[in-house]
Amino acid sequence: MAKILMKGNEAIAEAALRAGGNNYFCYPITPQSEVAEYLAKRMPEVGGVFLQAESEVAVGNMLFGAAASGKRVFTTSSSPGISLMQESISYIAGAQLPCVLLNIMRGGPGLGGILPAQSDYFQATKGGGHGDYRLLVLAPSTIQEAVDLTMLAFHLSDKYRNPVMLIGDGMIGQMMEPVEFPEKYVEDELPGKDDWALTGAKDREKRIVKSLFLDPLALEINNHELYKKYELMKQNEARYECYKISAKNKVLIVSYGTMARICQTVIDELESEGVSVGLFRPISLFPFPEKELRKEILKKNVGTVLTVEMSMGQMVEDVEKVAAGAKPVKFFGRTGGIVPSPDEVKENIKEMIRQDAAPAKRTRKGK
Amino acid sequence: MSQYEVTFAGFGGQGVMVAGQLLSYTGIKQDKNVVWIPSYGPEMRGGTAYCTVVISDVRIGSPIISNPQGACVFNRPSFDKFSTKVKPGGLLLVNSSLIPATTDRTDITELLVPANAIAMEAGSVKAVNVVMLGAFVGATDVVDIKLVKAVLTEKLGHKKSMLDINLKVLDQSYKLAKQQLAQGQKV
Repeated sequence: MAKILMKGNEAIAEAALRAGGNNYFCYPITPQSEVAEYLAKRMPEVGGVFLQAESEVAVGNMLFGAAASGKRVFTTSSSPGISLMQESISYIAGAQLPCVLLNIMRGGPGLGGILPAQSDYFQATKGGGHGDYRLLVLAPSTIQEAVDLTMLAFHLSDKYRNPVMLIGDGMIGQMMEPVEFPEKYVEDELPGKDDWALTGAKDREKRIVKSLFLDPLALEINNHELYKKYELMKQNEARYECYKISAKNKVLIVSYGTMARICQTVIDELESEGVSVGLFRPISLFPFPEKELRKEILKKNVGTVLTVEMSMGQMVEDVEKVAAGAKPVKFFGRTGGIVPSPDEVKENIKEMIRQDAAPAKRTRKGK
Repeated sequence: MSQYEVTFAGFGGQGVMVAGQLLSYTGIKQDKNVVWIPSYGPEMRGGTAYCTVVISDVRIGSPIISNPQGACVFNRPSFDKFSTKVKPGGLLLVNSSLIPATTDRTDITELLVPANAIAMEAGSVKAVNVVMLGAFVGATDVVDIKLVKAVLTEKLGHKKSMLDINLKVLDQSYKLAKQQLAQGQKV
């Protein structure tokens, strides 16, 4: 199929449809409303369900109910809307149901603003709702990757019977890029849904899908089951990409989403100025690619690790955990809807290198 | 590394977003990497609406461009905002029908295109964005003008009268830009 120019929001919507996501519940919010606009038109063509609810709280509960039927269900929203769904997300995770969620992040907290941000990293990766649970979290940096990861999200969600969340900053929703949809979405074999989906109990034993376990032992067993899945995800689903990683790198940047692309430009420009910097871009934020990042951080040539985010510093905590004191971890970010320019990031890195160089010189003088 | 960045800016309604999209579609036809980024936000109405298109032979890094090589400004607020941002050596294309000003900069090429006048003379002021697009392609040849025509025909084929107007002004402004550049003049 030829490449077509599509806005991120529309491309994600089309990708979801092609992955069999035929049950969509939503409530409009900038900057992702085009997903609903697109699906309002497209969903009837494939005979699916498009339902605009009265609120995001209702959307969450509709997802819970529809997911229990074993059908592929999804929603899209932006930060404040995702917050409203957290109760249901916790229930869906507790009841071990597949479900795909997209958060096109805008600045917060509260209603915040409508411009791009990456300040929902904590909410997505550490559990925005209550209880011991995790979402599988994927973060695209191009529209093509948003398409590919949306399709993958449905697959992983069924594979682990766990909600999968895609997070992209507002730019991912709003910008247009050429995309290509796979002719046919081929999947690995997935476990059947026959042993849990609620499909009508005629001629079989009744089933109950629930997250309520009043017997503490039963609840603890459920918690352990969930954590077994999260361990499996950690083993199998860590995804990342490296850019210009070499033995010459003095600085290693860790960045995701649109911010990582901006860092690529920074790295190209610094390279032409004789400064070697590499980029480690986590694609899965949970599981965080810990082992792989640790390997890069420990390389002898890497002096400093710099995390760049459109937030006050959230992923940087995971990077610090991985570095575990082996190398200094620094942070640069802008927030509130401001997207740092390549120049800004470049200046920050140059300043960092100057500062790193300064104390060493003083030490030599002291001797 | 071959990459070109251009910002189209004007009032909401002048078709600046579409101008950028037409350029992007053309870029894809030429097997280039393309990113189209709108200014989305509270400034969409009333103030300047703008979009930036990046066309590249290589993988596109930052979609955020602070200093584009080219800027096509459709109205005065856009002129004020973007004339200073064009990269040295770059191009500033001014809709002189609505902007009674020129830049003091000597490090860029400035072309004045009476875009509204050209569009109205051809039959519809709506074609103002295609006038600017034609002049931009004339001045830079970032994409093949024949492919711009093909894209226009695909997108407007169902409205023959509008298509004819747009194809006409595209040609006219493309040639105008070429003439101005050949004369090396700030008209």
